[in-house]
Amino acid sequence: MEIKVAHTENPKKNMLTLFYQFRELGLLFFIILLCIGVQMRNPSFLTGENILDLATNTSILVILSLGMMIVLITRGIDLSIGAVIALSGMLTAQLVAANPSINPLLCLLFGTIIGSVCGIVIGLLIARVGLLPIIATLALMNIFRGLTFLVSDGEWVSSYQMSKGFVALAGGSFLGINHLIWVAVFFCLVFFYFLNYTRTGRQIYAVGSNPQSAAVSGIKQSRILLLVYTIMGGLSGLCGVLWVSKFASAQGDTASGYELTVIAACILGGVSIAGGSGKLGGVLLGAILLGILNNALPLLNVSPFWQNGIQGFIILLAVIVNSIVKRRVDRTHSLRRAG
Amino acid sequence: MEQEKQTYQPRTLETQLPFSWKRLFFQWEWMLLLILVAVLLFGSYVSPYFLNYPSLRDGTMVFLDKAIIVFPMAMIMIMRDIDISVGSTVALSSVVMASLYTTAGLPMEVAIVACLVTGAVCGLINGLLIVKFKELSAVIVTLGTMILYRGIAYIILEDQAAGGFPEWFGFFGWGYVFGIPFLLIVFAALAIVFGILMHQTTFGRKVFAIGNNPTASRFSGVRVDRIKVIVFMLAGLLAAITAIFLTSRMGSTRPNIATMYELDIIAMAALGGVSTAGGKGRILGVVIAVFIIGYLQYGLGLINMPSQLFLIIVGALLILSVAIPKLGSMIKRK
Repeated sequence: MEIKVAHTENPKKNMLTLFYQFRELGLLFFIILLCIGVQMRNPSFLTGENILDLATNTSILVILSLGMMIVLITRGIDLSIGAVIALSGMLTAQLVAANPSINPLLCLLFGTIIGSVCGIVIGLLIARVGLLPIIATLALMNIFRGLTFLVSDGEWVSSYQMSKGFVALAGGSFLGINHLIWVAVFFCLVFFYFLNYTRTGRQIYAVGSNPQSAAVSGIKQSRILLLVYTIMGGLSGLCGVLWVSKFASAQGDTASGYELTVIAACILGGVSIAGGSGKLGGVLLGAILLGILNNALPLLNVSPFWQNGIQGFIILLAVIVNSIVKRRVDRTHSLRRAG
Repeated sequence: MEQEKQTYQPRTLETQLPFSWKRLFFQWEWMLLLILVAVLLFGSYVSPYFLNYPSLRDGTMVFLDKAIIVFPMAMIMIMRDIDISVGSTVALSSVVMASLYTTAGLPMEVAIVACLVTGAVCGLINGLLIVKFKELSAVIVTLGTMILYRGIAYIILEDQAAGGFPEWFGFFGWGYVFGIPFLLIVFAALAIVFGILMHQTTFGRKVFAIGNNPTASRFSGVRVDRIKVIVFMLAGLLAAITAIFLTSRMGSTRPNIATMYELDIIAMAALGGVSTAGGKGRILGVVIAVFIIGYLQYGLGLINMPSQLFLIIVGALLILSVAIPKLGSMIKRK
C-alpha cells in the first residue's frame, strides 16, 4: 500500500506543480488551440449557430459526466448507464406512444424514476452485498439492455408516434437557447453547490480518498455509495428521456457504448480512477473537448470511421500525460521534503 | 462496508492443507457440475434435439471460440486486474488478417501469422501501459485500448466486410479431427496447458502470489511487472486465435464482430470461481462454467429464444456467482 505524506509546508511552486494544480488551464489551453486549428481549416466552426449546436449536442454528455464523476470519486465505475438510458428512453417512449396527451414534464419524472430504481439496484449490490463496481455494473448493463429489447420486442418507437410536446422537450428553446443547455447548466450549478458546500458532498470525497479513515470518522460509507449510484441512475434515466426526445426515436440499442464516452470525459477532465479527486470544472472541460472533437471532425472532412480511433488515442494520450506529470510533481515534492 | 478484522495468521496454500473429505465435498466445482446437469436437463426438456451426442458435440462450436480467452482472463483476474479490450483485439486481429489477404494479396498463411502478431502486440501494449503507469489501473488502460483497437479496425475496413478466404481456412471453424470438432480439441489442449501452467508451475504460483499480495510478492523477488506483461500478451495472443476460429466459422469479417465478448468471458471466469478480488480460481471450475454458459446459449438458440434473454441470464448468473459467496460470508459473520 502506498503511503501518502501530507504536505506540512507549502512547497515553492515550480512550473510543473503549477501546471498540475491548474491542469484545467492546460486542458483549456488545448481546447483553445484545437479551436484555432479547426477554425483555420473551416471558418464555419466558430459561428454562433455552430457553437449553439455544439453545446446542445454536448449537454447530455455533460449531465452524465457529472454523475459519473461522483461515482469515480468514490473509487467506483458505472458501465451500465448506456443501458439505463436505453431502458428509460424506451419505456418513456412507449408511455408517450400510448398516451399522446401526457404532460412532457411527467415523462421526465417517469424516466428519472426508472433510472433511479436501476441505480438503487446497482447501489444495493455494491454497497450492501459488496460486489466490485465493475463486475456489478457490467452484469446489470446486460440485464438492462436485455430488458430494453424484451419490453420493446425489438421494435422501434419512431417520431410519428411521439407527441409534439414530447419532442419539444429537447428540441425546443427558451430565450433562443436550447432546453438541453439550460438543463445542463442547471445541473452544473446544483453539483457545484452539492460537491463543495454540503456535508454529503464533502463526504463523497472523503469516502473516495480514504475509505478507512472515512469510516473511522463516522461516515456511513454504504449510504454514500448507495446515494452516488442512485444519483447516477437518476441522471441516466433523465438523459434517456432527453435522448429519445432529441433523436425522436427509441431503439433497443440506443446509447450503446455511450458509457465509455462519459468515462472518457471524466478521465480527460482529471478525475482519478483511484478515487478521491476530481473537479467539476475539469469534467466540464473534458466533456466539451469530446463535444468539440465530435463536432469538428466532420467539419474537417475526417471520415467518420476515424473518429473512434482518434477518440481512443486522445483518451490514452491524456491519461498517460497526466500520469507522467503527476509522477514528476510527486517526485519533486518528496525530494523537497527529504532535503 | 465494515472494517475487516486484522488477522496475522499466515495464509496456508490450498495444496499444503491436509486432505479432508469435508473440503473435497464443499467445493465450488461440485456446485458448478450440478448447475451444468441442470442446464442439460433444461435443454432436453425444452428441445428434443438437444440432449444427444452429435448435438452436444456440434453445439460446442457456437461458444468455444470466445471461451478460449477465458484462460488468460482468469489469470488476469487472479492478479486483480481486468482486460475489457479483448473483444476489440479479436476484431482488430481478424480485420488485419482479412485485409492482408484480400486487399494486400498476401498468402493466407502469412495473414494468419500477422493476425497472431497483431493480437500479441495489442496485449503487449496493454501490459506495458499497465505496468509502466501504475496509477492508471487496468480498467482505464483497457478501456482506452478497447476504443482504440476497434477504432483502428474501423479505419482499416470502414463499413465493409472482407471475406472470400481459401477453402482450407474453413477447417478451423468447421473441421473435424477423428470425429471431434477441431475447435473442441484446441480448447481441451489449451485447458490442459493452462491448467498445468497455473497450478503446477512456479509461473502459476507467482500469478497467485501477485493476486494475494502484490507488494509482498515484489519484495520476495517475484518480477511482478514481467509476469503481468506476459499474461496480458497471452490474452492478446489467445484473442487472435479466437479471431481465426471466429472468422473461419463466419467466412467473412467486419469491424463490429466480437462486440461485448469481454462480458461473456468475464462472466465465465467469475462463474467458474475466479475471485474478482484476486488470488483465487481454478481452471477446472472455469472449464465447467464455460460449458454451463455455452450450453445455455445453445439450448436457448435451439428453441428460438430471443438472444436478449440470454443477455439477461448471463448478467444474472454473473451477479449470482459473485454475490453468493459474499452473502454466505455475511451470514456466517452474524
